[in-house]
Amino acid sequence: MIPAAFDYKKAGSSEEAIALIVEHGDEAKLLAGGHSLIPMMKLRLAVPSVLVDIAGVEDLSYIDDRGDHIAIGALTKHCTLETSDLLLTECPLLAHVASKVGDPQVRHRGTLGGSLAHSDPASDLPAAVLALGGSLLAEGPNGQREIGVADFFTGYFESALADDEMLTEVRIPKAQGASWSYQKFNRRAQDWAIVGVAAVEVQGSTQIALVNMGSTPLRAEAVESAVAGGASAAEAAEAAAEGTDAPTDLNASPEYRDHLARVLTKRALEASGIS
Amino acid sequence: MELNVTVNGTGRVSEVEPRTLLVYYLRDELGLTGTNVGCDTSSCGACTIHVNGESVKSCTMLAVQADGQEVTTIEGLAPSSDELHPMQESFQNNHGLQCGYCTPGMVMAACSLLEENPAPTEGEVREGLEGNLCRCTGYHNIVKAVLACSGQDVS
Repeated sequence: MIPAAFDYKKAGSSEEAIALIVEHGDEAKLLAGGHSLIPMMKLRLAVPSVLVDIAGVEDLSYIDDRGDHIAIGALTKHCTLETSDLLLTECPLLAHVASKVGDPQVRHRGTLGGSLAHSDPASDLPAAVLALGGSLLAEGPNGQREIGVADFFTGYFESALADDEMLTEVRIPKAQGASWSYQKFNRRAQDWAIVGVAAVEVQGSTQIALVNMGSTPLRAEAVESAVAGGASAAEAAEAAAEGTDAPTDLNASPEYRDHLARVLTKRALEASGIS
Repeated sequence: MELNVTVNGTGRVSEVEPRTLLVYYLRDELGLTGTNVGCDTSSCGACTIHVNGESVKSCTMLAVQADGQEVTTIEGLAPSSDELHPMQESFQNNHGLQCGYCTPGMVMAACSLLEENPAPTEGEVREGLEGNLCRCTGYHNIVKAVLACSGQDVS
């Protein structure tokens, strides 16, 4: 399978990349690791006429300690996240979830910013960032803006990023010593989660996000309230499918996904020791 | 457009269409047919090569993305034409292949794995090779070959 023809532009800086997406509008797509975009282009599910390759923008790959939060450059690869000492200490959930994406070859290419901007509700990292409650920095022709992760995922493969904006940084609150767990259920190695649950306790507040239970990653708000009200893991997890809209596909019916959400949420609460 | 890439230590300058996938550039343009195309959907790992020393699936990378990078294929692994790379030798000694279709990708993935984790446990080898499928169900001996190559006792 070969993608449809396109023009290829290489950007050496974020300014250059933004100028190119401003010039080409919604005809253009940014290319980072390409491990979501290229498969879609091969299947002709995505047919951009211009690809702007940002992989060479070197100053967007970093993991920095910024006092109360960790700042991660959008082009940081999954393999860098999973082995980062800083993340393993200050935000182990994110390092662990990065290690569960695809397989080693995918993690050598895929980037955090790419995964978030792609906004696939079945992806691991968007739900992890949603659970952690970080924010994202977008850069456009009129400068930068910070978007809270709760406002970032707007629909199926859709984010709050405008056509002329580029995701440059992800900010994650530090969670050293926090209780956390990621439960991913799939039937084949290296596959997407049929359902996944990320749970973390940040400064006394339990935050849970669900993978593949709707058109975006979702916070399990009913479970969070139940935990806050003193419910046991088993009791709280009963509410895991509330307010969700689980998809149907070859792997699972919505009813089965609802069941998985409850089971995996219970496991996540128990494994993390949150309740 | 013009592509400048180092493949198995040799600098190459080629004119490629941007949509050319790296695996087809290697196979069709350079004649390096040791890298196989299996599923063509980044699942099976038969097309695994190294880019700057790290394993990647060359069916999911554009040739132009390799511009300025160092690519190694199975043909570039052995030190000379009459000598095998230790990983290739270990696959041979441990019967780590049957039909051989997955083997180039397995060997490349296994070398990248040992580069990152020089003494993996059996479980780590199995997880480290989760991006490579063998349809002869030959995983036991493949895992054995990788452990043996890392200097661990597999008897």
